[in-house]
Amino acid sequence: MTLTEDLRKGSRFALSRILSQVEASTPAGQAILDELFTATGKAHKIGITGPPGSGKSTLVNSIAHQIRLTQPETKVAVIAVDPTSPFTGGAILGDRVRMLGLQNDPMVFIRSMASRGALGGLAAQTQALSQVFDAAGYNYILIETVGAGQSEVDIVNLAHTTIVVDLPGMGDDIQSIKAGILEIADVLVVNKSDHPGADQSARYLRSMIEMGHRTASSQYGKHSLLEFTDTPAEAEATPEPSDWIPPVLKTIAADGTGVPELVEQLQNHQRWLKETGNWQKKDAFILREVVRKLITASLVKNFDQRTPKALVDQTLEEVTQRKISPKAATEKLLAYNQEGINS
Amino acid sequence: MTDKKIRVLIAKPGLDGHDRGAKVVARALRDDGMEVIYTGLRQTPEMISEAALQEDVDVIGLSILSGAHNALIPQVIKKLHDNGQTHVIVFLGGIIPEDDIKGMLDAGIHKVYGPGTDTRLVCQDIREAVQARALAD
Repeated sequence: MTLTEDLRKGSRFALSRILSQVEASTPAGQAILDELFTATGKAHKIGITGPPGSGKSTLVNSIAHQIRLTQPETKVAVIAVDPTSPFTGGAILGDRVRMLGLQNDPMVFIRSMASRGALGGLAAQTQALSQVFDAAGYNYILIETVGAGQSEVDIVNLAHTTIVVDLPGMGDDIQSIKAGILEIADVLVVNKSDHPGADQSARYLRSMIEMGHRTASSQYGKHSLLEFTDTPAEAEATPEPSDWIPPVLKTIAADGTGVPELVEQLQNHQRWLKETGNWQKKDAFILREVVRKLITASLVKNFDQRTPKALVDQTLEEVTQRKISPKAATEKLLAYNQEGINS
Repeated sequence: MTDKKIRVLIAKPGLDGHDRGAKVVARALRDDGMEVIYTGLRQTPEMISEAALQEDVDVIGLSILSGAHNALIPQVIKKLHDNGQTHVIVFLGGIIPEDDIKGMLDAGIHKVYGPGTDTRLVCQDIREAVQARALAD
């Protein structure tokens, strides 16, 4: 009996084992991911991002509760990402502490992930894990990013709906018109709204939205470093500037205040995505990103395999001594690499 | 040994509210390069085995200072076995009387640590146990 057969029968144990294999990117894990791919594409992936301590985990807990309460037939997965120490490689994954109420619900599955050096708010394999949950029949996948600052916006390359969580008194109206994390929101939440300043924060956010700084290009990450050339296909994949106006909601995640309204907005957004054809466009965009990443990884791996370590070290030494520039070093190494391919 | 990260669940079964020790150990394991899933206070045996299942951990570290270990530990081990987690190595720390230690080991605990244990020893024990299990597989 293989793990994927067990998974189809609904084994949570198999699911957990597959998640580990996929996270470690083992050959077995990659094969399983390939096998499962055709069964994906149904789940509504919802990203939750915001600064550390803004209540993302607690909000995820409340959202999952609310979904389970109002839609008893649905399965909810949670992927909670916390940062890996850049010094030791270790991590404390503490998001579960806020989700204890979900622990005994067999329709909910929570998996913690360490970021393992990835920047941007997610781990390298978060997308892959979401595919596994998708294939396993989870209707909603809630993805909680690491505590984000201004530019950890990778979640937009993965989620259908992005919730940005803000706090009362986190900044004035200038903060709210800066580029970055606020731009990616499909739904904005001012959490801990029982604290002073909540109304003002909500007002700043609303006025930011009214200024209309949200554009299709920011929403769909056209500024990523590695980009395919602008083909008509890409132009087609870029959706029209949306007529979805991100709602601003006030919540108190700890006691559930405002959460029913939030879940309603998530469903509204899902409906809007589907009715306008943006669901497919988003899906196409997400998969395009996946393929790009795989190409990058594969090219780098090829480069590492073909280029002798001694040459790399020697070239880097020359850079350190300021004999050649980083760009010249890159050209030299790539030229060597190219010769290797041609010979 | 591969570079697979060791995943450890740290949990406090039962009702005592003293989680300082659990946090110190969690921090030490983090500093040793492990991924620590911290679930905090007042966990039932069901919650612990369910969290271990969802997180696919290699090791569980339990902390009990209430004196309820003789009641709780066999239940935790049983729940783990009930949902197929026989491979998970379970460590116990806290206030465990000398006379009870053998009973804990017989129940399936890999090792018991008392107050003042050097956390480096705990890290080393975990690495060795995980490695030994990997070789046995």
